Amino acid sequence: MSLVDVLKFTLGSLQGHRLRTVLMLLAMAIGVAAVVILTSLGEGARRYVTGEFASLGTHLIIVLPGKSETTGGGPNMFIGDTPRDLTIDDSLALTRTSTIRRMAPISVGSAAVSWQEREREVPILGSTSDLLDIRHWSMAQGKFLPPGDPGLASPVCVIGAKVRNELFGVQSALGEWVRIGDRRFRVIGVMATEGRSIGIDVQEVVIIPVASAQMLFNSPSLFRIIIEARNREAIQPAIDFTRSTLRERHQGEEDVTIITQDAVLSTFDRIFNALTLTVAGIATISLIVAGILIMNVMLVAITQRTAEIGLLKAIGASGRQILILFLMEAAVLSLIGAIIGLVIGETGSWFIGYLYPALPVGPPVWAIVAAVSVAIITGLLFGTLPARHAARLDPVQALSRR
Amino acid sequence: MIFLEGIERLFKVGDQQVHALDNVTLDVPAGEYLSIMGPSGSGKSTLLNILGLLDRPTAGRYLLNKKDVTSLTDDEQARTRRETIGFVFQFFHLVPRLTAKQNVELPLVLAGTDPVERSARSEKILQAMGLSDRAHHRPDQLSGGQRQRVAIARATIMEPKVLLADEPTGNLDRSSGNEVIDIIEQLNQKGITLIIVTHDPEIGSRAGRQIHMIDGKIETDTAQST
Repeated sequence: MSLVDVLKFTLGSLQGHRLRTVLMLLAMAIGVAAVVILTSLGEGARRYVTGEFASLGTHLIIVLPGKSETTGGGPNMFIGDTPRDLTIDDSLALTRTSTIRRMAPISVGSAAVSWQEREREVPILGSTSDLLDIRHWSMAQGKFLPPGDPGLASPVCVIGAKVRNELFGVQSALGEWVRIGDRRFRVIGVMATEGRSIGIDVQEVVIIPVASAQMLFNSPSLFRIIIEARNREAIQPAIDFTRSTLRERHQGEEDVTIITQDAVLSTFDRIFNALTLTVAGIATISLIVAGILIMNVMLVAITQRTAEIGLLKAIGASGRQILILFLMEAAVLSLIGAIIGLVIGETGSWFIGYLYPALPVGPPVWAIVAAVSVAIITGLLFGTLPARHAARLDPVQALSRR
Repeated sequence: MIFLEGIERLFKVGDQQVHALDNVTLDVPAGEYLSIMGPSGSGKSTLLNILGLLDRPTAGRYLLNKKDVTSLTDDEQARTRRETIGFVFQFFHLVPRLTAKQNVELPLVLAGTDPVERSARSEKILQAMGLSDRAHHRPDQLSGGQRQRVAIARATIMEPKVLLADEPTGNLDRSSGNEVIDIIEQLNQKGITLIIVTHDPEIGSRAGRQIHMIDGKIETDTAQST
């Protein structure tokens, strides 16, 4: 019996029992659609969170002054004792290794920024030119802080888009002099509005050279140092180098806290992967239920089709051919059901993405492959029992009934 | 053509054993026209099923075309049924969702014959049965006599050596029944070995050789008495 004939026969028999076919397809489709939608939601959440973290920059190491004695991350992690400040010289000492690609010291404060008669209280970020690349920010207009000696307090500033709108309105900000605290700075750039990241809203800050910020706030202490390692493998050597360098510079005392972004990121990644796998597992149960339904309906169908099976045997079908015919029916049902489910699932996750554009939903490839193959495997597995039942059917009994 | 020796068939009904066939020995030469008659439960249908390889005897030897067929595997039996035996049933057993032509083609489909040849052969045989204009009708659009003729076409499309008919007229009115009997007798004249199981003495008496069965035994056999 050729494959084409088997397929034709199968499709004919599926068409001959419309309601039954539709119900089985529905069960399979719901199962597959559930897997696709749930995994794409899980994957969307994972991509959203990792994306937010990645927008902070990659392979980042953050050095905070002070060392918390407890290992927990409670509030006193940031208020630990600081016998020695973290200084610009400390940060410069960290550039003397190949494991670190870029480094930016940061000092933070708040000051009133004014232009003509407008004034606003704004968070001030003191840093160096490398911060732009480390944080993957982009400029809307002008330039970021100029490279050069971080110890040099040049009177320039870069302002966030919101600050620009509020101070300058429709007028051009570039080249204007603004007053920050008791000093005057020239605006050399405006940050792009989309340069958002967790923690700091770039739209609302004013960025000035770190040395200027230290003069402004009259403090030699840095808020933190952000380090970008050369690559993922260089993170650990960079941490070791940072720790030993700073210990040496601080009279042998380890009084800084070092956090890596990748550790946080990969933890979230693992959590969300586990979450996605869990929902996929739950959805798989519905697939298996669909398989059991196919088995039940096919067993009933075989009792209804006893005469047909007996006849096929009488005109020369072997048990094997009957087995193939019924397995093919199960396979075709699960395949078509899986395709319908895939379409429903993709449409559903597209619709979710349409409703919540911020969530990058989309089923991962492994989930699609897994859903379709689980559908076909359950279909075949649960189709085997009825098919074997049909193949073993005694033709005499089958034919003696009307 | 057919040689049965000491065929037994036991059925278990509850804890009782029923002898459906009791030491049946039968020799049917090729081309013979044989009718098997007897009351219900006399074992005539069981005998036909064993002859058609749909049932296996509990004991005994069955030679079909000088070959022992009782020990064949399922695949080999299926092939033998397909190639050497044709079946005609009381209830026609056409597949309701297939057209007359598709029903006739089924054995060729199972044998894996090429579709073009399939179509040509089924058209030819349907024409011979006078059913050309009914080829694309489904069984529920055909009369009883037409359905049985489709069934005969299906049974003979593989050009079998043996045609087994189980009450072929049992579900038909007199005129279409006679028509059907005429067709299968013509096939017999062309050389096919024809075995008919029937209740109807009128049909049974048309056969060249008649067997009466009672309680699983051959009671009379016109071939032996003459």
